[in-house]
Amino acid sequence: MKEHNIEVLERDFQAKIDNDIKIEPKDWMPDEYRQTLIRQISQHAHSEVVGMLPEGNWITRAPNLRRKAVLLAKVQDEAGHGLYLYSAAETLGADREQTIDDLHSGKAKYSSIFNYPTLSWADMGAVGWLVDGAAIMNQVPLCRCSYGPYARAMVRVCKEESFHQRQGFEIMTTLAQGTAEQKAMAQDALNRFWWPALMMFGPPDEDSKHTKQSMDWKIKRHTNDELRQMMVDITVPQAELIGLTIPDPDLKWNKEKGGYDFGEINWDEFWQVVKGNGPCNKDRIETRRKAKENGAWVREAANAFAEKRKLRNTKKAS
Amino acid sequence: MANKEWPLYEVFIRSKQGLSHKHVGSLRAADEQMAIDNARDVYTRRSEGISIWVVESNSVFASDPNDADSLYEPSNSKVYRHPTFYDVPDGIEHM
Amino acid sequence: MNALFEYLLRLGDDSLILGHRLSEWCGHGPILEEDIAMTNLSLDLIGQATSFLKYAGEVEGKSRNEDDLAFLRFEREYKNLLLVERPNQNFGATMMRQFLFDAYRKLFFERLVHSTDSQLSAIAAKSLKETKYHLKHSSEWVIRLGDGTEESHEKMQSALDDLWKYSAELFYQDDVDEDLIENGIIPAVDAIKGEWDVLVRNVLEQATLIIPSNNWEQVGGRKGIHSEHLGYILAELQYMQRAYPGMKW
Repeated sequence: MKEHNIEVLERDFQAKIDNDIKIEPKDWMPDEYRQTLIRQISQHAHSEVVGMLPEGNWITRAPNLRRKAVLLAKVQDEAGHGLYLYSAAETLGADREQTIDDLHSGKAKYSSIFNYPTLSWADMGAVGWLVDGAAIMNQVPLCRCSYGPYARAMVRVCKEESFHQRQGFEIMTTLAQGTAEQKAMAQDALNRFWWPALMMFGPPDEDSKHTKQSMDWKIKRHTNDELRQMMVDITVPQAELIGLTIPDPDLKWNKEKGGYDFGEINWDEFWQVVKGNGPCNKDRIETRRKAKENGAWVREAANAFAEKRKLRNTKKAS
Repeated sequence: MANKEWPLYEVFIRSKQGLSHKHVGSLRAADEQMAIDNARDVYTRRSEGISIWVVESNSVFASDPNDADSLYEPSNSKVYRHPTFYDVPDGIEHM
Repeated sequence: MNALFEYLLRLGDDSLILGHRLSEWCGHGPILEEDIAMTNLSLDLIGQATSFLKYAGEVEGKSRNEDDLAFLRFEREYKNLLLVERPNQNFGATMMRQFLFDAYRKLFFERLVHSTDSQLSAIAAKSLKETKYHLKHSSEWVIRLGDGTEESHEKMQSALDDLWKYSAELFYQDDVDEDLIENGIIPAVDAIKGEWDVLVRNVLEQATLIIPSNNWEQVGGRKGIHSEHLGYILAELQYMQRAYPGMKW
């Protein structure tokens, strides 16, 4: 293609974005836009799928039948969301199998929060309340993302997620109103998940290498720090309401900015976990890798059977 | 063949009697029957549908966005196809 | 002993324990689509367990609710089939276990719908719809994997060889059943057995699998005599209720 043509295409493309016209799979798009989306959508998909594991850890130990069903349905939703997102990535030419192999080889990343262990039933509450809370905050703006299939997948995801956070908060509320032992369990879960949840929004804006371009392309609508601030402002009163304490001695209402000031996030820890040194990184990937490996004969057999049946049907027809 | 991925299917769901099937997303399945089962499990968990179509993604033939001008713009000037193009005197109802 | 109570435990425990087994797959399925499908099966079964055990509690009249019954009995008091507590092993074995069970359950619920007990009939009507889909799903997989590759065929044959001896217990009958059958509360098992044979043979034939010639019947679950596996299932299932007695969750 001629230089001139590319320039025109790029100008038209940016004009569409500026006018909030969605980009669809077959439309021309700059290669970096495509790559950025593939990276973000597949990371997002991986996060959903790896995210099944910490909660999956408690399905067989849920304390009653209602909680068991709710937790199962929630983790199942996450599988569904992973699937919607892999599908969206496939519209950009990213093959699911390849994408997943990149996860297993460590090349592709996923949300670092899922590398923390779930150690008590209260963690099901904390994960739903904080982790899904943070995820929703990230995801709601993505429903307006410039890439059509991603935006549509996110609309579906957000609709379904609305119960996820509530069930988590319900668990926390029940515990906070329960016995001293239960309340301690809830507080302990909050203590362990608070900071990792705030890290979910990614590095501070000054260190976030993708933010500016993603905002220009309307893939991203808010910066990491903006979203993090929203999360703190929304969550602190919720904790207060149920009588739990946010584990941050520096947390203070700032009247001027109309939001909370909060303590320093341990970014060393964040980067270590991202690099693979979190408490569960190896286990999570190993579990996913095994699931794929153990299922290989199933997928292969299903293919073989489909071929056989096709052959039989054509024979019958002729 | 050992590592051949299952084909991709596009899923269309009729949400209730009287409405048309609408594209909702895609999934992988080894055959059509499995595609229907999977579509049911993946895309109708909240009673979103009463009928499912699945079409292998390879079989979908799409128009080229580059042809959009010539395909869709010519109809813009044919305003006489819309009822609002016509004057109806005041006092006339049910038309 | 209250026969209806005892019988409801059998029904409820079958659903509870199989639902538990299936839930162990969540996050580990052979492909995402099937992960979601197995969770749906599990959710249906846990729903059924809830209905049966809730009703069992009412019938018993000692103010035990469905959770008390699901979480706070001792091992010998669980009355599920040995079949449903078999470990998942691989996906093929899980589908084989599911198929043998679903084939029975579908035929059973079709008749239980006509129970003279209106509660049972209502639970059966809802469960039948679910079970029809379960059976469709598990039969398709049994056929697909049985007639798939050499490897999958071997795995399915070995699953069938392993599970077949537990299938006889599906038709276990004792004095608990007698009264209930007589009063039209539950269907007679004999007729189901005949249809089950036809259905199962048909699917296994399509799957190119051979029914083991050994007719040894492994039973015990209905009397509360289980395999060693149930103890571990209960250790997980009951962990919270045992560790933190009497709390609300």
